[in-house]
Amino acid sequence: MRADRIRHFFVYFFLIFGAVIMLFPFYWMISSSFKTAAEYNSFPPTWVPSNWLNLDNFVRAFEKRNFFVYFLNSVIVTFCSVALTGIVTILGAFAFSRLRFPFRNAVFGLLLAFMMVPFEMLVITNYQTVTRMKMVNSLPVLIIPFISSIFYTYILKNFFDTIPDSLYYSARIDGASNWKYLWRVMVPIAKPSLVTIMLLNAISSWNSFMWPTLVITSNRYRTVQLGLFTFMSEAGSDTKLQLAASTVSILPMIVLFLFARRYIVNGVARGGLKG
Amino acid sequence: MHVRIDHLTKRFGDFTAVDDFNMDFDDGKLTALLGPSGCGKSTMLNMLSGILPVTEGHIYFDEDDVTGMPPQDRGVGLVFQNYALYPHMTVLENIAFPLEIKKVPKTERLEKAKEMAKLVHVDTLLDRRPGALSGGQQQRVAIARALIKEPRLLLLDEPLSNLDARLRLEMREEIRRIQLRTGVTTIFVTHDQEEAMSICDKIVLMKDGILQQEDAPQELYDDPHNLFVANFLGNPPINNIEGVIRDNAFVTRDSAVTIRYRNFSKDLPEGREVILGIRAEAAIISRDETHDFTGRIKSRYTMGKEELAFLNLGDQEIRVYLSTEYEDKPGEDANFHLRSKGVFLFDKETGERI
Repeated sequence: MRADRIRHFFVYFFLIFGAVIMLFPFYWMISSSFKTAAEYNSFPPTWVPSNWLNLDNFVRAFEKRNFFVYFLNSVIVTFCSVALTGIVTILGAFAFSRLRFPFRNAVFGLLLAFMMVPFEMLVITNYQTVTRMKMVNSLPVLIIPFISSIFYTYILKNFFDTIPDSLYYSARIDGASNWKYLWRVMVPIAKPSLVTIMLLNAISSWNSFMWPTLVITSNRYRTVQLGLFTFMSEAGSDTKLQLAASTVSILPMIVLFLFARRYIVNGVARGGLKG
Repeated sequence: MHVRIDHLTKRFGDFTAVDDFNMDFDDGKLTALLGPSGCGKSTMLNMLSGILPVTEGHIYFDEDDVTGMPPQDRGVGLVFQNYALYPHMTVLENIAFPLEIKKVPKTERLEKAKEMAKLVHVDTLLDRRPGALSGGQQQRVAIARALIKEPRLLLLDEPLSNLDARLRLEMREEIRRIQLRTGVTTIFVTHDQEEAMSICDKIVLMKDGILQQEDAPQELYDDPHNLFVANFLGNPPINNIEGVIRDNAFVTRDSAVTIRYRNFSKDLPEGREVILGIRAEAAIISRDETHDFTGRIKSRYTMGKEELAFLNLGDQEIRVYLSTEYEDKPGEDANFHLRSKGVFLFDKETGERI
């Protein structure tokens, strides 16, 4: 009993310690965005802002630049990317999981091998491609190169593989086409997997920085992450403005996660099958 | 609908799963495809449904040759062993799904689905998802879904094998009830002889892709064409006694016991090695001196209304039923008559009935 309690104490101690280290930067960012200049610059540091409703920094951040435009660009890019990648991934995973065609496994193996090519290497060739296609400085250039993802296709194909053949044959006998079966049966069953993929995709699309830096130079097409970067020089030493802008920039992802978490956890129980 | 198969063959590479079948499935009847696992019965079912392409031969639904027809055009309903219900849909949506695919208007198809649910007694569970149903309930939903588009042929693949013993009894009666009620021609696959015997109009017994015998259950039991059929049906299994024919009588292989039987043919091949099959209920103890054979009682087990006795016939052992009123002790010899049913001679080499 006693030994157990001591063990628990240490386990929880380290868990809490880890959590504090993880969460502190977020706390600092969020709390600082509510601080006044005096509070922010004081030493020793102010831990809790005097007024949690002090929106001054946010207002100024939004006034400073086309922050709203950046924000909107990010939303558009992320939304389109999630939607298009989702569709392409579903179709690809279905083909590799269910359809029979020559060299299916060989092709899939080859695609998996491509995953070993690092992103940084692709950047160079992708950059050349989009420049030649005169796509630089536009929103599609942030979406189209990433529409097909081997990794997501692989995850979804693996999930599709676990759906028993009998569901497929049953649907076929009932007269459902491949297309109908995919959207009416497979996709709803794979919802937990799909939500996970879309969430990962949304986060990476929202946070992407390197590729946008290379292909976007015009103010009009800047995304939030690029905006934050330019903000650093424009807001000068006013760190709390940057922190307020950062707070706004992570907000959508947090909301999205809270919303999607329900689907991931409450994934459709795999009932309806025995044996 | 009448189903006829004509020289139907299915090969997977070098392996022949179904070998040259010619058969009829009668209109409105319940037929069982029976056999041990791997005998090709599910392959047969899948060819009938159209999931598996046929290697050779033809399938006719009434007069139509459906051999090359895709599954959805055949008008069959199929219930899988694992039921294959859609886990994300409610019971009602599951049952209505085939009509949804056919683009039947929503109110109409839900109406119809409710009707089907009533027929299979799941009308109180319409809003549940399959995960919240018991095995028997899932089974009923699967049957309702297969029946809703009014198939010409209902196919059931091992429909009871995932249920526990009590539910299995209940569901097999249910399947029979629903089948009689709808009058749909039904073929069901099973490896359980008791299941097939109890509810079917006809049994098709298969082994290694080859048709062994097709007959009404009682015919199959009373008149097996070969040793496999005799062994496959019946519980307790039929006794197999090895021996030879001498002087138109059966002599056990160690010559310890001779069995004379009035129903043996008059000109049995002298000296042929044979197997004598005796069903446990075919031997009855004799009250007088006349008898067909004598065996030594080895042990007795009570089964309630009667007892199962193990007899030694020379170095071989058989099981027979004994009435509890006889008090023969283990170790004693007892005389037995053979009934006119349930005694068969098979060629030892080929297993064919003599």
